[in-house]
Amino acid sequence: MTQKNRLQSGGRIDRSKSLTFSYNGQEFKGFQGDTLASAMLANGIDVIGRSFKYSRPRGIVAAGAEEPNAVMQLGATEATQVPNVRATQQELFHGLVSKATNGWPNVDTDIMSLLGKVGGKMMPPGFYYKTFMYPQSMWDTYESMIRKAAGLGRSPLETDPDTYDKVNQHCDILVVGAGPAGLAAAQTAARSGARVIIADEQSEFGGSLLSSKEMLNGKPAADWVAEVTAELEAADNVMVLPRSTVNGYHDQNFLTIHERRTDHIADLAPAGQVRQRLHRVRAKWVVLATGAHERPLVFANNDVPGCMVANAVSTYINRYGVVPGNELVLMTTNDNAYQAAIDWAEAGRKVVAIVDTRQSPAGDRIDAARKLGINIITGSAVIEVQGSKRVSGVSVAPISSDGSTISGSVQRLSADTVASSGGWSPVIHLSCHTGSRPVWNEDVVGFLPGPTVQKQLIAGAINGSYSTAKALGEGVEAANSAIASLNLDAVAVEVPATEDVAEGPVQTLFHIPHTKPTAAAPKQFVDYQNDVTASGIELACREGYESIEHVKRYTAMGFGTDQGKLGNINGMAIAAKTLNKSIPETGTTIFRPNYTPVTFGAMVGRDCGELFDPERYTAMHKWHLENGAKFEDVGQWKRPWYFPKAGETMQEALNRECVATRESVGILDASTLGKIDIQGKDAREFLGRVYTNPWAKLPVGKCRYGLMCGEDGMVFDDGVTTCLGENHFLMTTTSGGAARVYEWLELWHQTEWPELEVYFNTVTDHWATMTISGPNSRKLLEEVCTDIDLSNEAFAFMDWKAGTVAGVPARVFRISFTGELSYEINVQANYGLQVWEKLFEHGEKYNLTPYGTETMHVLRAEKGFIIAGQDTDGSVHPHDLGMSWCVSDKKPFSYIGKRGMKREDCVRENRKQLVGLKTKDPMVVIPEGSQGVFDKNAPIPMPMVGHVTSSYYSAVLGHSIAMGFVKGGLNRMGETVYYPQADGSFIEAEICSPIFLDPKGERQNV
Amino acid sequence: MFYIYCPHCGEHREEEEFHPKGQAHIVRPLDPDNCTDKEWGEYLYFRKNPRGLHHELWVHAAGCRKFFNMTRDTVTYEIKEIYKIGEQPSVVADS
Amino acid sequence: MQHYSGFGLFKHSLSHHENWQRAWRNPTPKKKYDVIIIGGGGHGLATAYYLAKNHNVTNVAVIEKGYLGGGNTARNTTIVRSNYLWDEAAHLYEHAMKLWEGLSQDLNYNVMFSQRGVLNLGHTLQDMRDIERRVNANRLNGIDGEVVDPQTIKEIVPHMDCSDNARYPIMGASWQPRGGVARHDAVAWGFARGADSFGVDLIQQTEVQDLIIEDGTIVGVKTNRYGDIMADRVGSVVAGNSGVVAKMAGFELPLESHPLQAMVSEPIKPILDTVVMSNHVHGYLSQSDKGDLVIGAGIDGYVGYGQRGSFPTVEHTMQAIVEMFPIFSRVRLNRQWGGIVDTCPDACPLITPTPVKNLFFNCGWGTGGFKATPGAGHVFADMLATGEANEMSKPFDMRRFHNGALIDEHGAAGVAH
Repeated sequence: MTQKNRLQSGGRIDRSKSLTFSYNGQEFKGFQGDTLASAMLANGIDVIGRSFKYSRPRGIVAAGAEEPNAVMQLGATEATQVPNVRATQQELFHGLVSKATNGWPNVDTDIMSLLGKVGGKMMPPGFYYKTFMYPQSMWDTYESMIRKAAGLGRSPLETDPDTYDKVNQHCDILVVGAGPAGLAAAQTAARSGARVIIADEQSEFGGSLLSSKEMLNGKPAADWVAEVTAELEAADNVMVLPRSTVNGYHDQNFLTIHERRTDHIADLAPAGQVRQRLHRVRAKWVVLATGAHERPLVFANNDVPGCMVANAVSTYINRYGVVPGNELVLMTTNDNAYQAAIDWAEAGRKVVAIVDTRQSPAGDRIDAARKLGINIITGSAVIEVQGSKRVSGVSVAPISSDGSTISGSVQRLSADTVASSGGWSPVIHLSCHTGSRPVWNEDVVGFLPGPTVQKQLIAGAINGSYSTAKALGEGVEAANSAIASLNLDAVAVEVPATEDVAEGPVQTLFHIPHTKPTAAAPKQFVDYQNDVTASGIELACREGYESIEHVKRYTAMGFGTDQGKLGNINGMAIAAKTLNKSIPETGTTIFRPNYTPVTFGAMVGRDCGELFDPERYTAMHKWHLENGAKFEDVGQWKRPWYFPKAGETMQEALNRECVATRESVGILDASTLGKIDIQGKDAREFLGRVYTNPWAKLPVGKCRYGLMCGEDGMVFDDGVTTCLGENHFLMTTTSGGAARVYEWLELWHQTEWPELEVYFNTVTDHWATMTISGPNSRKLLEEVCTDIDLSNEAFAFMDWKAGTVAGVPARVFRISFTGELSYEINVQANYGLQVWEKLFEHGEKYNLTPYGTETMHVLRAEKGFIIAGQDTDGSVHPHDLGMSWCVSDKKPFSYIGKRGMKREDCVRENRKQLVGLKTKDPMVVIPEGSQGVFDKNAPIPMPMVGHVTSSYYSAVLGHSIAMGFVKGGLNRMGETVYYPQADGSFIEAEICSPIFLDPKGERQNV
Repeated sequence: MFYIYCPHCGEHREEEEFHPKGQAHIVRPLDPDNCTDKEWGEYLYFRKNPRGLHHELWVHAAGCRKFFNMTRDTVTYEIKEIYKIGEQPSVVADS
Repeated sequence: MQHYSGFGLFKHSLSHHENWQRAWRNPTPKKKYDVIIIGGGGHGLATAYYLAKNHNVTNVAVIEKGYLGGGNTARNTTIVRSNYLWDEAAHLYEHAMKLWEGLSQDLNYNVMFSQRGVLNLGHTLQDMRDIERRVNANRLNGIDGEVVDPQTIKEIVPHMDCSDNARYPIMGASWQPRGGVARHDAVAWGFARGADSFGVDLIQQTEVQDLIIEDGTIVGVKTNRYGDIMADRVGSVVAGNSGVVAKMAGFELPLESHPLQAMVSEPIKPILDTVVMSNHVHGYLSQSDKGDLVIGAGIDGYVGYGQRGSFPTVEHTMQAIVEMFPIFSRVRLNRQWGGIVDTCPDACPLITPTPVKNLFFNCGWGTGGFKATPGAGHVFADMLATGEANEMSKPFDMRRFHNGALIDEHGAAGVAH
């Protein structure tokens, strides 16, 4: 197909670079510099989608971010699909593949539109709240129909092949928007030496100047744009970001910029490049020069393809060399829009009429239009459009001076394009993001940014200053005000001379009357994407949905991907009129980030896949991998879970590991345990305050287990702390709790007891820790450690010694989490692997067996030792755990948790207490998490008495073992608890001591 | 995202380096053992939670690991004052 | 009340929908009511509805400073589930669930309650222990739920990454088929219309600026638009602003108001048929009937009434979503916003008498308020009608923060080993 709407010359496209693209499977041509929208219009494509509720054919309405209809599916391959791309913002590239997002079988012949025509009358706003209720069982069916009808584009079904990244930026002045105001601001700021970032969502700078024939300094405005842009690009202190949308404005001048680096080149980013980048900017000052969006007027059938916003017509002609039709009718409330008709006529196509709602407009542009011989019909409006897939004509009628009623007879005009303008709405979105409420301005007929606590300045059309001269001036002024506050020296810039255009006042008019009442007239669309009509808004108000937020939510106005950029103000005005209120009384809905949608990938950046969360490895990780370890995620750590041999099931591996440890010697990589080095003359006193048990008398060279509680008395961590020297301790914590405990200690020291002289340092990563456990652990250690007397007399249980292990300086702790003779060997992390391997060299004859967290859990459960986080849950105190032995009431200082565990509910009878559980059938392992009941015949809801926290098969004991909470369990030894299972069966268990093995604790003392 | 001045580092840093730790100036009762359950519960859980000026505790968790106080407007999120532990705020609510 | 039905829509279409009645009146308040409810969100309106319907207390005003359903009701991610761990919480949320199940018909207003099921994913061994524990408790409490394995999860959510390649591979999940989502605004509007039909006065755009308390007993409220309005009993149902009302009454509450953020993608064709939640990778999502992916984040850690939170929280949430669903990387985020959630230390609400006689509070729901809407309204109506707690609300008395009888729904919030 030829580009029938393309002009022979003009525009900012490169006619020497022809590009092929496809739309709905058909190939078309466009040029470098086109957007997908301009190329579609050039090719005379009228219908680019179907509306979601009524399936009405829709065409391109606008030329930028405010476009509600041209929302396309892009992507040549499955993995590169992108849903809902606005054709007006997508630069054309060779090979671009696009599809309409709605319509079945296709957008031109959509069967759903029949339903829309017939059923549309039954689908006023909120219709779904009033129906689909009966019978109740049918809702699922109704809902799946609703879901299928909605949704615009589709997600890719394959993983995104592209990468994204983020950059943190700091600047003195961030200029948002590179139209006349933004460029003037950036130029001024740059010359002062300030660090400047200027970002604009479009492919090239210039903003409104790109769409007009305006002259600056007697030359085309684009020349000035090019000069300033070149100056900014050349300046070292300026970062120039085209194709970059400032999409969010957050507290204390933190803004996010979504830069699309390769979307204009291809579906898939070229090798080595990121597709998009998120700039996270902290700016000392922000100059918002975001411009304004033109408002279309609301009239009957204003959604027929061929209806456009006036300024978009100019943009397509002047920037892209495309005239989107042959016969134009322009309807306007203001002088500015006349330019669209003038541009149209100068492009050599027919302007049927300018229909001005004002009775006697006067101004330079009106004179210019008259000079071109254009028919201007004043005091009138286009009240209805004819046509279905393209405008075929319009009905024009005189209206009363306030625009509320038809005041004369209707005439028909033939036309294929209707441009309309109801004035402009400043783009205040970013200012609203910060919580600032916008303020209505009668003169501007729009909302302006309200007061804000941010360091924000505004310039140009966002301020209602629509003339280029004003925009330039305000840009310079805003920059100078920021420069002054930054104590920089302002350097003058030459503001270019503009053409003086005299304009008359704008009429405040949004909704064009019809000969019929709104409810009976053909649909008058306010929000195209969500099929919200004027009558729908009136109905919402009539039904009592009077707040503008109710109107929005009841009708779905502004909920589209365009977030109501075109329609919201019109909708508010119609609601205000219906409610007999002013627009400021009705108020506005609040804009939220994002200004335009942002790719998930760009928000994620590199923090996905393997970088989603860092993995922490111990010094021996390589060995674990080589020896077939299965891993468990513990916090960020990868911990060996168990070490299966070929052909072994998990249970077989555990049995082997447990038995080998109890019979000879096993080894555990315990490096992940948190380690905090504590020094200072008050370290001991401090420990006494944060642990529940006494520390005053722990001698140098000794270790002690401690429980840590919150002020509520509930256990939150535990571990062994060692007295390294009189004023020097090493605390260990759970692997997942290290950071939390460290912060906890600092909190108490810094905020509550700063008078204590104590210092903390986290040393977890400094040490590699390997625990050898089992009757042969001493023999093994003796082979690699000759400078410590390892005899039971010289090195008793709960002692620690410094020495050399495998030739490396080491701290050896004789502590045990298995109940066996155990040594915990700590060496500098860098030596860890070497020492570990050395132990295996010597350990072969003892069948030295590596074990992971699971065997560690079984071995400790055989001894009834708790694991904080598994056997505790933040709601149990030490007495609940049967660990009263670890609580001292005699300490002089009321340690953390002491008072908490004495509260009324904490000392009541019958609390859930941790006990051992022995199943009636010794081979049955109660699933962890099973809930116990005393009465297995009780009806649902069954009174539950506590859950199983830890449960294993013990190969050493030859039967299952478990620990769990039971109401009053410590006084119920020997009683039976039933554990109902999902399959309806019950597991019966007897309450017993949680210490299943070696109750006297002899094995660890040998 | 807040831009927070760490009084210990002497620099503004991004909020990501800090953790909020709740209401500031909560003093642990000097004699917990003689507190009633009610008094202890109020120390533990009951908070001012003001709409407006708030004094809160923050820690420079991914920095110097020091705690400090911040006075902040909980509606506008404006940071009014940063001061060290043990110091008193100069900006306070009217009532 | 005008009955809503498909036939009604047809009938009204013949008259261009010009004859629909107002969903609720816009009355001028009386001088005195039996009960004043401060706060016209979902909970407040539900309270008014059940007061009138179940207790025949119809001389009731709901006073709302903004518009009905404009607080957290308008800002949440609409998830409904009742699979809570502790008996007290489970009973309360299950009570709500049962009410949800007939709510559209009861209100004659389609709240679009969609029982599409809720998956709570487990990524670690401890997650799975906690899930087993919770599901077992649910089952014995008569709440539907089962533990499902990764294969089953893959069948329910075919587009999620259930492979071992994930940083935290999915090990299993709890599955509550009766859970789902509802149309949040419709819940407020349905209750409003129902309450209004019993004669309850819904007073919008009216702020309660102070409480009138005589000798330790509340007798009325001071408003900005209508001066003093008297009442025998007053219920405060103002969620994030509960601390503000408590301050008027002269006491503090065991809660803090935090920003909670949520976000939606652009609408896309149906791709996710259920609700997926993961505490471990920290994000949750569902797809609305309109096609938006509705995404929830964690709360921000500071007190905030600004209805917005910090950007890193949003970034972390999006990381979690893309971690779970790598295919969504090219989908785009349309909007993000924040609510103010009043969170208690034990993540359970307060439904409670207060130190001021005849003043009652329903608050502290944290992130769980929406799903409880009908149930919370139901039990709070009972409290306002009788002046005391019933079996279901008794555990949620604020005095639990004195005696230590917390209901710690943070679950295994202790520590990981």
